[in-house]
Amino acid sequence: MYGNAYIGDTPKNDAHFQEDPQKLAEFEAKIERGEKIEPHDWMPREYRRQLVRMIEQHAHSEIIGALPEGTWVTRAPGFRRKLALLAKVQDEVGHAQLLYNAAETLGKPREEMLNDLISGKSKYSNIFNYPALTWADSAVIAWLVDAGAIINQVANSKGSYAPYCRALERICQEESFHLKYGYENAVTLATGTAKQREMLQEALNRWWIPMMHFFGPPDKMSVHTEKLMKWKVKMASNDDMRQQFLTMYVPKIWELGLTVPDEKLRKNEAGKWEYTEPDWAEFVRVINGDGPCNKERIAVRNMAHERGAWVRRALMKPSAKVVAPLS
Amino acid sequence: MSEITSLDPRITRAMIPESHDSTPLSGNELFETYEVLHQAKTGGRHTHVGSVHAPNAEMAYLFAKEQYGRRMTTTSIWVVRTTDIFTTDGADEPELYATAPSADKDYRNANAWKVRDKIDRYKKEQNV
Repeated sequence: MYGNAYIGDTPKNDAHFQEDPQKLAEFEAKIERGEKIEPHDWMPREYRRQLVRMIEQHAHSEIIGALPEGTWVTRAPGFRRKLALLAKVQDEVGHAQLLYNAAETLGKPREEMLNDLISGKSKYSNIFNYPALTWADSAVIAWLVDAGAIINQVANSKGSYAPYCRALERICQEESFHLKYGYENAVTLATGTAKQREMLQEALNRWWIPMMHFFGPPDKMSVHTEKLMKWKVKMASNDDMRQQFLTMYVPKIWELGLTVPDEKLRKNEAGKWEYTEPDWAEFVRVINGDGPCNKERIAVRNMAHERGAWVRRALMKPSAKVVAPLS
Repeated sequence: MSEITSLDPRITRAMIPESHDSTPLSGNELFETYEVLHQAKTGGRHTHVGSVHAPNAEMAYLFAKEQYGRRMTTTSIWVVRTTDIFTTDGADEPELYATAPSADKDYRNANAWKVRDKIDRYKKEQNV
């Protein structure tokens, strides 16, 4: 589950580093022809840096993303739903493994990525800093947050970096179960008792703003997008993905007789959705650590890290030579 | 020192301190990588599907089953240490691979060998 590579793009000192113009031209022509880049191919420094940042954030989002949903594992309504939720949470952690591998092929060791997650140096999708207050919140996450993630991931699976594409193809296949599972949970509540409907509506109201934030700031606020699109690192603009999400899911929300907490929301004559811009200052504030659950998410991650240390050390072979995975 | 109180009872029970120290992972604390090959059904090929981090082959196999056998049918899995695989260095040997399917080696292709024209001409000459 992941929104977009919108977080913490601070160009390094070498952003103005001059690439060999001939190699750069060959590289760009290759991408233009629709060919993929493999780990050992030549690539510009900036391409590598942006991909590491993006894939790493995606991987972190998968492991942290398992936490809000995991909240309801012990109290899932019924054994079948409990098994399904456990399976979904396990999938998310599996997705993190696939993505860390893809990022490692670009030269950043997994140890460093996990250290950067705990220290706060690298970020994860903002939406997971919000709490899942009720079972209905877990339904909204599995339905709509996974829906948003699929839109982003399907777009990125057509990108230029082969290991990331391969990981995403597999991830998208697995996510389709999550989406259907979440939709069924939401429909069950929506077609249930008055109390259940109310619970679902309240959860939807809570998740709407984080969901609008999910795809990242409006295109007019985003930087560097042009080059990343040319290199097929970024495959769709934030606003385009947001529009696609609204087109696909607002009708499904309305069909259930639920409302979206935005009075301005409507599709205009040109077929574009109009909506109230969510508070982007809140978005920045939460990314920078001041959200309702940031502290808890990192503390839980650190607990697993610290309390698992003795197992790692017992198994460690000091002689082991660490290399990047093949692909 | 206060502890995290969570909506998730498992987290509250874990008594996690709110402010924490963290010891960064050292250089190879997450072990080596093993590459994973997966066969989905008998008769099929083993296909490379990705890699896992593990301290030894047995654990690599265990993680590979969990990671790559969890959601699809599986009849067999192989794991091999990444450093034991000898590979092409694409940048060094481009020509070798570029010429293999090219026109000057068409004598290796089945469709480079044509007979119909000859047979037709022969039959015509023989008046059969």
